[in-house]
Amino acid sequence: MKVLYFAWLRTHIGHGEDRIDLPAGINDVRGLVEHLRAKGPGYARALTDLATVRVAVNHEYVGFDHELKPGDEVAFFPPVTGG
Amino acid sequence: MIRVQREDFDPGAEIAALTAGRHDIGGVVSFVGLVRDRVEGGRVGAMTLEHYPGMTEKQLAEIDAEANRRWPLAASLIVHRYGRLEPGDRIVLVVTASPHRDAAFDACRFLIDWLKTKAPFWKLEETAAGGQWVEARDSDDRAARQWESAAGKPDAAE
Repeated sequence: MKVLYFAWLRTHIGHGEDRIDLPAGINDVRGLVEHLRAKGPGYARALTDLATVRVAVNHEYVGFDHELKPGDEVAFFPPVTGG
Repeated sequence: MIRVQREDFDPGAEIAALTAGRHDIGGVVSFVGLVRDRVEGGRVGAMTLEHYPGMTEKQLAEIDAEANRRWPLAASLIVHRYGRLEPGDRIVLVVTASPHRDAAFDACRFLIDWLKTKAPFWKLEETAAGGQWVEARDSDDRAARQWESAAGKPDAAE
């Protein structure tokens, strides 16, 4: 699946996009977060405080208990500051 | 109607185009957001607006559709820019038009309040200390929350 990072999450992680084959046993956003945190210190730092992280799956806001399917586009980003 | 673009826009030309040939419109309300050169804690040289292509358009279209469900609008338009912007530059335009002014006023306020908390844009400010990501403001969340009830008017409780 495609995983995207924006704003300071991208800055911490060092790039804006990953292609990830969802490991067996991971079936929701929270599981994906745990998987990403183990990928390195930048990921762990970006995903430390989930109160400051928003998630979208296929361009819609979801919660951390949202179920993931292969082929989903998942995005992690801070609360938005447009307008 | 929504548009996401790097280029500047001309508010007058946008309003003229939106209302051209329409004789059912009695009032037009517009909001134009500009880049300020000062924020809490200092001055800002310029900023770069990052967004999430695809999701931005989808969220703006949903917000626009919601306004049209809540109020009897004759026309509506959101234009939001991205990329590097300097103080004084226009960032966002919201235009609402309706047969009577109340709907246009309320819907315009709703659109800007909601897009500030839902449309995936992030501001990176250029300060003397380097690039700083702008933090979301509680006051923006409160402004959006007052529109959460399905009714057209803000909740009286807020």
